[in-house]
Amino acid sequence: MEAFIKGIGIVSPQKTFNTHEFLTELKEYNTNSLRCVEPVYTEFLNPVLARRMGRTVKMGIAASSVCLKDSGVEMPDAIITGTALGCHEDTEKFLLAIIDNDEQFLTPTSFMQSTHNTVSSQIALQLKCMNYNFTYVHKGFSFESAVLDGLMTLEDSDAKNVLVGGHDEMTDRHFTITQRAGFWKQENVATMDIVNSKTPGSVSGEGAAFFMLSNEESDKNYAKLRAVKMIFNPGSEDEIENGITDLLYEKGLTTDDIDCVIYGISGDVRFDNSYYDIQKTLFNTNTAAYFKHLSGEYQTSSCFALWEAAMILKTQTIPKSILIGENKKKHIKNVLIYNNYMNTYHTVFLLSQC
Amino acid sequence: MNKKIYITGIGMISAIGDNVEQTLLAVAKGKSGIGELDNIITRHRNEIPIGEVKHTNEELIKMIGLHVDTIITRTTLLGMLAAKEAMVWAGIKDVNEYRTGIISATSVGGMSMTENYFKDFLDVEKSGGWLKYIETHDCGDSTEVIAKYLGIKDHISTISTACSSSANSIMLGARLIKNNIVDRVVVGGTDSLSKFTINGFMTLMILDKEQCKPFDAERKGLNLGEGAGFIVLESERAAEGKEILCELSGYGNSNDAYHQTASSPTGEGAYLAMQKAFKISGLKPEDIDYINAHGTGTEVNDMSEGTAIERIFGNKVPRISSTKAFTGHTLGACGGIEAVLSVLAIKYNMVYPSLNHINQMSELNFTPTKTLTTDKPINNVLSNSFGFGGNSSALIFSRH
Repeated sequence: MEAFIKGIGIVSPQKTFNTHEFLTELKEYNTNSLRCVEPVYTEFLNPVLARRMGRTVKMGIAASSVCLKDSGVEMPDAIITGTALGCHEDTEKFLLAIIDNDEQFLTPTSFMQSTHNTVSSQIALQLKCMNYNFTYVHKGFSFESAVLDGLMTLEDSDAKNVLVGGHDEMTDRHFTITQRAGFWKQENVATMDIVNSKTPGSVSGEGAAFFMLSNEESDKNYAKLRAVKMIFNPGSEDEIENGITDLLYEKGLTTDDIDCVIYGISGDVRFDNSYYDIQKTLFNTNTAAYFKHLSGEYQTSSCFALWEAAMILKTQTIPKSILIGENKKKHIKNVLIYNNYMNTYHTVFLLSQC
Repeated sequence: MNKKIYITGIGMISAIGDNVEQTLLAVAKGKSGIGELDNIITRHRNEIPIGEVKHTNEELIKMIGLHVDTIITRTTLLGMLAAKEAMVWAGIKDVNEYRTGIISATSVGGMSMTENYFKDFLDVEKSGGWLKYIETHDCGDSTEVIAKYLGIKDHISTISTACSSSANSIMLGARLIKNNIVDRVVVGGTDSLSKFTINGFMTLMILDKEQCKPFDAERKGLNLGEGAGFIVLESERAAEGKEILCELSGYGNSNDAYHQTASSPTGEGAYLAMQKAFKISGLKPEDIDYINAHGTGTEVNDMSEGTAIERIFGNKVPRISSTKAFTGHTLGACGGIEAVLSVLAIKYNMVYPSLNHINQMSELNFTPTKTLTTDKPINNVLSNSFGFGGNSSALIFSRH
C-alpha cells in the first residue's frame, strides 16, 4: 500500500495557504496558543454560506479546494477526513444555547453543522461527489486513520485519486477548558524557543491540511507516501523502536537510509523524551527536523508534518526554521515522521522521493 | 480480495434489552422499548417518547463491575456491555492469539457528561473530580476505555459519520481484515442519549410525538433511542474451528451529496451504497430474503430510502421492516444494533415486524412486514444506514 502525493492544500498558523513557498517567510509568535492564518473565504465559498459555517469547516473547505486545484483533480474517488473534535465551535454554540435558554428558542443551524462529518460531507456537497465518504474521530489517530484508509482505498477499489485530510480548530472556551486539564503551557513562549522550553504543557495549535493521494505517476507529484503506522499506548520505548524498525524492514530500508527524521517535539517536558530516546537509539546521526513550533500541538497536527515531509522531498531543502542541528544530506530520498500526541498515540509516516 | 469475513460474536444493549437474549424475548412479544424518558432531566421529557436503556449510570457501572466512583460516560458503559457480550460470544479468551482490533462509532461521544459540566468547566473558580470529564468528551475516548476493558490494542479507531457511523465501522473492519492489517476485529458503535441530541432533533422538527411509524403514510418523524451494538469479524484463519454465525458478504458506502441533513428524493446515495454492496457480495437483488431498512419514520428518509429500494428491487421487494419502532433511532449505534438483528434474522430465519405500520404509502408499492415471521429461510439480509451529511451505507449478511 503506497501512494503518490499529487496535490496539497494547507491552512496553518504559518503562511502555507495557496502557495508553493516552503516557509520562506516565517511567522514568529510569542504565545501558548497558535491560531491559523486564515484565507479569505469568499474565494472558496459563497458569502452567505461562509457566514454560517464554523471556522474548521471553512478552513477544511478552503484547504481541500486548493488541494483539488493543485492536483488537477476535479472529482476525487473518495473523500476521507480525520478530526478529533469535529466542529467544536458549532458544538459549543448549540450547547451554550441549550444551557443559557433552558432548552428553548433554539435554531438548528449550529446543531446541523456540529456533526463530526460536516467537512467531508460539505466537500462532497460542493463537488456533488457521491463517492466513498468517511470521517475518523479517534483523538491522536484521527488523521492517521484517514491516511491508512486512503492507502487501502487505492488498493482495494478502482479509485485513482483519494482526497484525505485532517482538521481541528481551537476555540477560546476549549482552550480554557483543556488548560484546566493541564494540556498547555502556562507561559507564553517564542516560536523558536519552544523546542528548548522544558516546561509542562505544549503550545496549542490548529489547522487543516488536505492531500490528494494517487496511484498515478506524474512529474508534479510531491512525494511517495509509503507507509503509516499507529502504535497505541506503548508499554515501553522498545515497542516504539520495534514499530519503527519493523516498518523500515518491511520497506527494505535501514535507519541509515532515512535522510531526515521529523519529530513531533512539542516542548512539553512530560512527553518529549520519547523523541530524544528514539533519536539516540535509532537515528543518532540522521538529520533531524520538527514542526510543532510552527503548527502548535493538536490531535491532527501530523497533517502539518506530512506537508513538511512532502515539501522537503519535492524542494530538496530543509528550511533552517525546522532544522534541529544541521542538514547532513544533500540529496534527500527518504523522510520519516515520528509523532506522538500526549505520549499515548504514537505514529510513524514514511515518505520517499518520487 | 476475495477473502471471506466471518461473524463469530454479537452483543447489544438497547431499550428492548440488556443483551441478545432479552432482545429476542422482546422481539417475540412484539414489545417496543419506546416510552418515557427517566435518566435525563429535560423540559422535553413529556413531549416525546424515547427508546431509553432503563438503567441509571450507577446501575450500568455495577453491571460491569466497576468501582462506583469511576469517571466514565454512558456512551462508554453501553459500549462496554455490548462489546463484551460479542467477545464472549466469539469465545475469544486470549486476545493476543491473533492481531485483534476494535473500531467503534459514536455521534456524540461523552456529550451526556460534557453538557452537565460545561459551565463548570469554564468557571475556573470551581473545581472537583468532575474535571476529569473534560477528557471523556472526545468520541475516541469511549473506544479506548472499551479497548482497554477487552485488552485490545493492535488496531484502534473511531468513526463518526452521523447515523451511518457504526455501519461504516463494520465495513472498515472487513476491509482491515481483507487488507491483512488485523485478523479479527470488534466492530460496531455506541451512543447514549443527551440533552444535546434531544434538543438538536427538536429544532429539526423531525421527532414524532407518538410512537414512530416507519414507512406509514401518516408517519410524523422518528423516536430517538440509545444503545450499543457490536459484532466480531474474523478472517477464515482466525475463525477456524469456531461456530460461524454468518458472513459479512457485502458492503457499500456512498454520499448522497444533496443536503447537509436531508436525503435526496430519489435516494441516490442509498441506491449507490446498495449497488456497491451487491457488487462486492456477488449477490443479486433476488437473493435478498429480508431488508432491515434504515426506516427512521421521518417524512424524508422513508420516502428517499423506499424509492432507492424500489430502484434496486423493482416490484420484487423482499420482506422488509424497520426495527426502529422497537429500539428508537440509536444514531451512531444503529448500524451496530441492526447488524446484530440481521445476524439473528439469519440464525433464526426470522423477519422482524415493522411496528405501528397501518397506512400504505401511496408513493411506494411495497408494504413492510407487520408480524414476526419465521416461515421461510432467511439466507441473505440487507441492512441500510444513512446519516446527516449524506453518508449512506449498506451491508449484506449471508448464511455461512
